[in-house]
Amino acid sequence: MFAYVVRRIGLGFLVLILAISSLYILVQAAPGDPASAMLGPRATPAIKEAFRERLGLDQPLPVQIVKYLWSVAQGDLGTDLKSKQPVWNTLAIHLPRTIELLAAAIVIAAGFGIPLGCMAAVRRNSAFDRIVGVLSVSIIAVPAVVIAIYGMLIFSAGLGWLPAIGAGEDGGILSILHHLILPAIAVGIGWVGYLARLVRASMIEVLSANYIRNARAFGLKERWIIYRYALRIAVAPTVTVLGIGVGIMLGSAVFAEIVFARPGIGKLMYDAVILRNYPVTLGAVLAATLILIVSTTLSDILNAIIDPRFKESGE
Amino acid sequence: MTQPAIDSPAAAPQTRGGFWRLLRDPMGAVGLTIVVALILSAVFAPWLAPYDPAAINVPIKLQPPSWDHWLGTDQLGRDVLSRALYGGQIALGVALVSTCLAVGIGMILGMAAGFGPRWLDNIIVLSFDTVRAYPVIILALAVGPIFGAGIVTIIGILVATSIPYYGRIVRTSIISAAKSEYVEALLAMGMSRTRIVVRHILPNIIGPILILASMDIPTFIAAEAGLSFLGVGVKPPTSSWGLILDDGYKFIRQTSWLVIAGSVPLILATLGFTFLGEALRDTFDPKLRKEV
Repeated sequence: MFAYVVRRIGLGFLVLILAISSLYILVQAAPGDPASAMLGPRATPAIKEAFRERLGLDQPLPVQIVKYLWSVAQGDLGTDLKSKQPVWNTLAIHLPRTIELLAAAIVIAAGFGIPLGCMAAVRRNSAFDRIVGVLSVSIIAVPAVVIAIYGMLIFSAGLGWLPAIGAGEDGGILSILHHLILPAIAVGIGWVGYLARLVRASMIEVLSANYIRNARAFGLKERWIIYRYALRIAVAPTVTVLGIGVGIMLGSAVFAEIVFARPGIGKLMYDAVILRNYPVTLGAVLAATLILIVSTTLSDILNAIIDPRFKESGE
Repeated sequence: MTQPAIDSPAAAPQTRGGFWRLLRDPMGAVGLTIVVALILSAVFAPWLAPYDPAAINVPIKLQPPSWDHWLGTDQLGRDVLSRALYGGQIALGVALVSTCLAVGIGMILGMAAGFGPRWLDNIIVLSFDTVRAYPVIILALAVGPIFGAGIVTIIGILVATSIPYYGRIVRTSIISAAKSEYVEALLAMGMSRTRIVVRHILPNIIGPILILASMDIPTFIAAEAGLSFLGVGVKPPTSSWGLILDDGYKFIRQTSWLVIAGSVPLILATLGFTFLGEALRDTFDPKLRKEV
């Protein structure tokens, strides 16, 4: 197990280095001169040259990449062109809001999706199972941006039940939660359907396993068998799926943050892109990529811990 | 999936029967109807659209639906129905081209990784892992403006980020097929690796890959609309469901019709293709259900 954890973290680290390097190359390979793009059309050749020299853009690409990786490792992501503050300071304000949103979305997805999938599997082929099946597929298909806008249209602009903008950071915890409801639903509701289907399929497979039949033969209570033995195995794939799904959720979070004018990585990037604030844009992509790599690595390790079969095989 | 290609002729009658089974599945029938209707409306948009989708007529801006403008008008007085019909061309076009390219390139790289030398496999798999490390929408938001917003950029981003998905599936299938006895026999008979992959392994994995690809179409449609909504996709005056949605969001306090006009075709398209993809998978390859 220890060897697997070390190997998995090592792979995550390697992928992070490659991802940062690739992003740097991609930005450099883009058509047009970054100095012209950042300084605008009025910049003179001398100013552009000084700018290139200051950023190290006049050096060979491998040197630039190593220097960039080194500065990222030291937490130096450049300077926010708008606030003139280090990019890291800007990210530190917005990142917790996005993590808060993702966490709330995962709570909604797991809180509704896992019980629904479990109940559908236990009542296989019943009307409940069919309704959950159709609703799951339908809800997966609706894009997060549409759910966010309809949420705002109905519950904020129409009924006035929930706030339309902001994250409620000036109020107390209740205000934050109040502001979190609609964006979290927009990000997480599709995953309710996805997890319900996944858990259903997984539970059906587990419930037909020999050890469950044995548990029944020993006269254990059905409720005990389902929740203590079957569901524990059946939820293992959801951990992996949620880990990988964080990437898609980050995309949905961009829409939710923009629609609800909510501070976060997505909103920060959107504003930075409009202002051509490249250091912030790159910093935000790196932060999002880091979140995704950490979540996939953690989910793989968690999956190994949850699933007892993993411990036995060691793979 | 890993049976020799010699069995493949038997699949033909099953496919014909499968089509009727697909239609008998309510989800399949609904999905197919929506998809066919959307394709027809997109193909015949120039004849179906009552107005030029880019024709500005400010005096009649933000009108609710009427006999003259069935879905109303936007903030520039453009006919929303015409824009929605032409938006279908963009959505379906981007999804189709992205899917074909992602599947094609993913298959080539997957085959190279699965049946090529170990070092090539390692490089390709590591590249796949690196690309998958980026959250797609966030990467698109950053890279889109650098390369210039537009259809080509959207397709490029969608293809680049989807290749690893197909590549990995093909690689796994090929590695699994390579261990089978019939491949060992063909190798022993002196057949080249390329010929074995193209003639014997590929025909067995192409079906499931195409079904998975059909299930990815709604993701591409939603991504195009989403990126256009964010301003890094299709640029005005070209019409896109995402742009209509963006207009609707900006003028949400004045009218809700724009949001409805932009979202309903988008929801229908994603639902239709999802239903069809699910039914296709259940009908032609139920084994995939578990793998997905």
